[in-house]
Amino acid sequence: MKGTDLALLRDEDLELLLNEIFISHGYDFTNYARASLKRRITRIMVIDRLPSFAELYYRVKSDENYIPHIIRQLTVNVTEMFRDPHTFKVLREEVLPVLATHPFIRIWHAGCSTGEEVYSMAILLEEANLLHKALIYATDINAHVIENIKRGIFPMQHMKNYSENYILSGGRRDFSKYYTAKYEWAKFDDKLKERMIVATHNLVSDRSFNEFQLICCRNVLIYFDKELQDKVLTLFDDSLDKLGFLVLGSKENIRFTSVASNYRQMENKEKIWRKMR
Amino acid sequence: MEENAIIRFKIIAIGGSAGSLDTVLRIFQTPDLPVSSSYVVVIHRKNDPSSILSELISARTYLPVKEVEDKEPISPGTIYIAPSDYHLLIEDEKTFSLDSSEKVHHSRPSIDVTFESLAEIFGDAVIGILLSGANADGAEGLRKIRDAGGYTIVQNPATSEVGYMPQQAINLKAAVEVTDATIIPDTILRLTLNAER
Repeated sequence: MKGTDLALLRDEDLELLLNEIFISHGYDFTNYARASLKRRITRIMVIDRLPSFAELYYRVKSDENYIPHIIRQLTVNVTEMFRDPHTFKVLREEVLPVLATHPFIRIWHAGCSTGEEVYSMAILLEEANLLHKALIYATDINAHVIENIKRGIFPMQHMKNYSENYILSGGRRDFSKYYTAKYEWAKFDDKLKERMIVATHNLVSDRSFNEFQLICCRNVLIYFDKELQDKVLTLFDDSLDKLGFLVLGSKENIRFTSVASNYRQMENKEKIWRKMR
Repeated sequence: MEENAIIRFKIIAIGGSAGSLDTVLRIFQTPDLPVSSSYVVVIHRKNDPSSILSELISARTYLPVKEVEDKEPISPGTIYIAPSDYHLLIEDEKTFSLDSSEKVHHSRPSIDVTFESLAEIFGDAVIGILLSGANADGAEGLRKIRDAGGYTIVQNPATSEVGYMPQQAINLKAAVEVTDATIIPDTILRLTLNAER
């Protein structure tokens, strides 16, 4: 893709658009990080060939069917299986053995997008012989993307990369045994999704809905401003058992946030924190 | 921020791809680089989570070197490296942010993305430097820095290891100055010494 033109979008226009999306459709993007949000909106204008903000605004106001498209474009859906393999290695070797001591394991993938990491987690649990006593909650704001989790179908072209990631994460099996290849698609083993609960959940407006031993929310908080990051981390804090684990993206950090003092980072530089109180 | 008010160039931004590493290291081993500016480095490299680039730069300077984490504060006298596999954006004059959305020019981090974001937030207080590379990334972003009133330097394509990227910038009229890699450190010193307002 080529570049965008941020000059197409003034700050006042952005506020106007976000207000409209919130008031008419209930999606609140007002506390999303500005720099990324502006990029995404100008990108929509380029892709949809809208020459000015006025054209975009008119389309949003007049075309109901355009909103789901906007929501999809504004929420970034870039994910992969076993992304940052070393994080998954630490989960495999240091976190799952702790979770194994529980009679029942609840895991929440918040903002899970198309579910690549949810399947990665299911594979880890299966290999640790824990899947049968686990429930994996997979949620995202975007109803369209989570449909994919229920299907368990992913593009074949990524499987080589995922297989390499899997091996780097400490996987010892033949990764291709987990899926059936059909043309350009890989259909993952239905066994992996038996313990998944898939639902829409909006981190901005929805509440805590259960207690978990592990919450995984990777590369979601980067799209929020500090105020919203604090709010969502408080939601996670309310949803996490004492001594539970919080897993964030490789460049995310909870220092400088309101919950930081309750958590201790694991001693290996990975972005995994343990709730101490 | 009394102090900042007199600094002409708050940001010195360097973008490069294939063949740019030596020049980047040369720039940061320059003694007396101004500590009143923040340095932002976007170099294309293989999707590799290790911090080799930070380590190489750290070994040559006593300015602190950081691979940017999300919402990292922007401080003067610090060298910030765009982390592998994320776009580096500027949230406001005091804060970086990160974005893992689609690649731009097959690149993440993309130089265009960071340069454009710098131009938007810092306007004419940016020195943009585009080095050797085999990719068109960076040219448009550099043009935006120039359009915003910033000062732009392009490595001479004829003496660059790979001239394609700097040539793209020259074609877009993004360069205030075209110069050999060996001259770039002196140019930075000249601009920052004479540029207090």
